[in-house]
Amino acid sequence: MNACAAIQLENVTFGYEPRTPLLRISKLVIEAGRRVFLYGPSGCGKTTLLGLITGVLKPQEGNCIVLGKEMTKLSAPARDRHRGSEMGYIFQSFNLIPCLSVLQNVALPCRVHKLRRRRIVHSTVTQEAVHLLTRLGMEKHLDRNVSQLSTGQQQRVAIARAVIGRPNLVIADEPTSSLDSDSRQIFMDLLFEFCNETHATLVFVSHDRSLMEKFDEQIALNEVNRTRL
Amino acid sequence: MTILRLACASLRSRMFTTCLTVFSIALSVMLLVGVDRIQQGAQSGFEGTLSQTDLVVGARGGSLPLLLYSVFHLGTASNEISYDSYLHFAGHPAVQWVIPLSMGDSYHGFRVVATDNNFYEHYRYRGGHSLVFAEGAQPEGIFDAVLGNAAAAQLHLRVGQKMILSHGLEGSFLQHTADPFTVTGILAHTSTPVDRAIYITLWGDEAMHLGWESGAPPLKPIPESEIRQSDLHIKTISAFLVRTKSRMSALFLQREINTYKPEPLTAIIPAQALEDLWSVLSAADVALSLVSGAVLVVGLLAMLIALYTALNERRREIAILRALGFHIRQIFALFVLESTLISILGVVFGVAGAYLLFFVVGASVENRYGIPLTMTGLSVRVACYTIAVVVAGAVLGLIPAIRAYHNSLADGLTAQ
Repeated sequence: MNACAAIQLENVTFGYEPRTPLLRISKLVIEAGRRVFLYGPSGCGKTTLLGLITGVLKPQEGNCIVLGKEMTKLSAPARDRHRGSEMGYIFQSFNLIPCLSVLQNVALPCRVHKLRRRRIVHSTVTQEAVHLLTRLGMEKHLDRNVSQLSTGQQQRVAIARAVIGRPNLVIADEPTSSLDSDSRQIFMDLLFEFCNETHATLVFVSHDRSLMEKFDEQIALNEVNRTRL
Repeated sequence: MTILRLACASLRSRMFTTCLTVFSIALSVMLLVGVDRIQQGAQSGFEGTLSQTDLVVGARGGSLPLLLYSVFHLGTASNEISYDSYLHFAGHPAVQWVIPLSMGDSYHGFRVVATDNNFYEHYRYRGGHSLVFAEGAQPEGIFDAVLGNAAAAQLHLRVGQKMILSHGLEGSFLQHTADPFTVTGILAHTSTPVDRAIYITLWGDEAMHLGWESGAPPLKPIPESEIRQSDLHIKTISAFLVRTKSRMSALFLQREINTYKPEPLTAIIPAQALEDLWSVLSAADVALSLVSGAVLVVGLLAMLIALYTALNERRREIAILRALGFHIRQIFALFVLESTLISILGVVFGVAGAYLLFFVVGASVENRYGIPLTMTGLSVRVACYTIAVVVAGAVLGLIPAIRAYHNSLADGLTAQ
């Protein structure tokens, strides 16, 4: 096992129906601290791969080591805990829980997971969240209802929630596809800034190849996934 | 803890639906508590109407009608009993006291009951309270009358004023115009049918009917001033209440009255007759409880619909929670918690609403219907209801929770 690998998949097979595997990966290694751009045509299994990495899905075969833990050997609640404590996740859109305020949304991972709460810099979770949101230019919207924010603002709040409590892995699933080019630029800059600061590994899934040069490493999933070969 | 906060926030964000569902459950709980309390109040009110009376005696007939017309002033006596029989038992060695009662007239819808001063002296209600005069005193002359508290208040009659009784019950055209009665006393409030009655003397009752033997007003009424007590002969009364010297002798006396040869009589033990009354009324109680139960089911179903229809909108929210490391069982718990919270709120507001209502209208209900709505704690039945509502709410919450669980299993982090 590579000690520096954040994600290491070996001989992994997964299908929603066991007879028709959707993913078959002989080896996929993502080094810790790297910024990885993962791309591929739709339907090539990007979201499925993210499901395996985050532990929502469990492969039928093979090993899937994420941040030092063999996901296939963990129980479902343990995988959920591991995901919540060590990974930040940014969706394409609608990242925020509608019934909570902006501040509550950002603070939520630290409220749920002790590990993330321990790693905050400021003395309280609220202060930490306020600090992050201020850096994102969202200090005027702390107590607002998330539905009152623009999509660009929502995605920025999503960054704050993904990086609060310094998780070692940040996963972004097409986070810019609903943003206009200006917002996209702001979003990418902020995302990189925060990931660099926390030395988090970033896995960025997108079909927008114009973004790929900014990353340390580019992985085309349809080349890794052997079911298509 | 986080789950509880999330559930609260989620309910708060859907304030309108939450309030409506809580309201519908609260309303049905209020109905259940109300029905229970009214039933209890009615029972204690009825039982409290008469105490320390061992036997009620009237003409041969059913025990329930006798109790109803003699004590509760409901319905009419099927037959009169002779005054001689009354005197016979009044002088019986086993008897401590008797109260004669003669009904048949009314005054603006209030029953007129002819009795004697034993009534003011010996009548007991609610476990030993005796009658107290709020104003004036018991009657002395033939044409003196005493009013129950509610009757006096509603008729706006004061001590010293005169009143003309009508012959027979409700809305009679015939008036005893020749013989007006004078109010000499007004009784203090009792929360029993006594409040709604007008009490005159047996002699007065006899006097105003002088010349009415044919059932119609006499052509030349005898004016009040010409009537003397020595001219009057009481022939019949409607019923009488008996207190015996010992409880044991009550049973023997009951048997003696029921087998009294000179006249067919019925003697009943009030508590026994009340038991009969409850068995009749319990059907109404069951019906009311069923209706409130049905309302409760509707309320809970409204909650189920509200939670279930929100499920699709919330797939996204569930996916976010999953990404944040919530276990699928915690999602399940969230949904069950929401429905449980709604039903707990419904129960709390329902019970509080019911008590508030008792507090506000309790006094007037007691005055008007003689049903005391006491502010005592929850009865065992109501406690069971409230627990059942919360449990039912939680169980119903399982349905959207199971659905959310399956959705989440299928969606993972991908729900859009």
